[in-house]
Amino acid sequence: MGSGHGHKLHFHGHSRVHRFPAHLKVLLLLAFMLVVVATPRDLYAAFGGYLLVLLAVIAASRVPPTYLLKRMVVEVPFVFFAVLLPFVATGPRTEVFGLSVSEHGLLAGIALLIKATLGVLAGLTLAATTEPQDLLIGLERLRLPQQLVQIMAFMVRYLDVVTGEMQRMKIARESRGFTARNPAHWPVLAKSAGALFIRSYERGERVHLAMLSRGYTGRMPG
Amino acid sequence: MSTPVLDVRGLAYAYPDGHQALYGVDLHVHRGERVALLGPNGAGKTTLVLHLNGILAAGAGSVSVSGLPVTKGNLQEIRRRVGIVFQDPDDQLFMGTVRQDVAFGPANLGIKGAELERRVLVALDLVGMADFVDRPPHHLSFGQRRRVAVATVLVMEPEILVLDEPSSNLDPASRRELADILRSLDVTVLMVTHDLPYALELCPRSVVLSDGVVVGDGPTYDVLTDDELMRAHRLELPFGFDPRSVG
Repeated sequence: MGSGHGHKLHFHGHSRVHRFPAHLKVLLLLAFMLVVVATPRDLYAAFGGYLLVLLAVIAASRVPPTYLLKRMVVEVPFVFFAVLLPFVATGPRTEVFGLSVSEHGLLAGIALLIKATLGVLAGLTLAATTEPQDLLIGLERLRLPQQLVQIMAFMVRYLDVVTGEMQRMKIARESRGFTARNPAHWPVLAKSAGALFIRSYERGERVHLAMLSRGYTGRMPG
Repeated sequence: MSTPVLDVRGLAYAYPDGHQALYGVDLHVHRGERVALLGPNGAGKTTLVLHLNGILAAGAGSVSVSGLPVTKGNLQEIRRRVGIVFQDPDDQLFMGTVRQDVAFGPANLGIKGAELERRVLVALDLVGMADFVDRPPHHLSFGQRRRVAVATVLVMEPEILVLDEPSSNLDPASRRELADILRSLDVTVLMVTHDLPYALELCPRSVVLSDGVVVGDGPTYDVLTDDELMRAHRLELPFGFDPRSVG
């Protein structure tokens, strides 16, 4: 039943980066992303500079680089797409390791990879140095509509509960000799996802009842 | 006698799908009483509880709390007077910290600032959780979460505390700690439970609900030793437990 301590993306610490106000961190991240995306893709020196800035921030935060590296697997779909680009794009061809690839596609793929990596790393750094709770307060300070902040707060709160439930369902499946190994097993996973959805939906109803019972009238007190 | 804290008269209710859950329930609970509400699964206990603070509206009959009828116009005050602790603390605790969660109810009533802070700490102190005020609820143990759930309701200074299966999923030590807390509170309690030893331990009086009607009401000891009543309504004592040897 017990849930682990801390969120999986947060690395506990007290560095200057950790203590920096959350709403400013969000703004800085947004500005950084915009600059990275807007930089012409052949200015490799500029990207090198961005990476240095980012590495300096990570060093100051004292979050171990391996901690961030492991979490960079979320980038895999981008990498897949970036690797695909040189092969599917049209235009003049060029040779790389004996393979004929599109020159245009190759450059686009490299640029996509660089920009995605910088973005993911920056995002992970924010997540690693900011408690989800502070992040929400930061977003509130940035005047994000109350409803959106509340929805995110509920997500943060129930993420562990729902993943715990998912984990228990998986263990229960495996205890009855089922392990998903190939696409023929996917219907079972789909049914589990459906059951999880219904259980979460019903939990939502029960949470709402419990809120009404404590005088909730549709607006968060604040 | 004085006005009962809880006055349920002829309460009947059918769910929108036509399933009739309650057929004329009468129940009176007076100030300072601790009453156990017993009954098999599907007897209508939860349906009854959801009428006490107006989540469900009576099909027929009436519910009053300290003389105030449960009607649409009174809901806010009724929900202050009736504090319901639900079975799964994860349903009840949904804010980022214990403090925010306990403050949620009184803040809905318009209490603010230092008074709010004071009440939050008093309520947490009553359940022995004052040291956890800044922790996120999902990092607490199950027993601690149940205690915080009780605090989220105590903080509203209710006239009656309604507990749905308070001992479920607790280890024996947490179960006993919760019993100590409930005994220490100066509040009227209605406790829905299948845990008959717990009912005997905590509640001098028991009410048996079965198929939507009250079929038994008396001292808990007498109810639990009435073999015929117990058998007729699917109530069973756990193996090795004999109220005669305890009470």
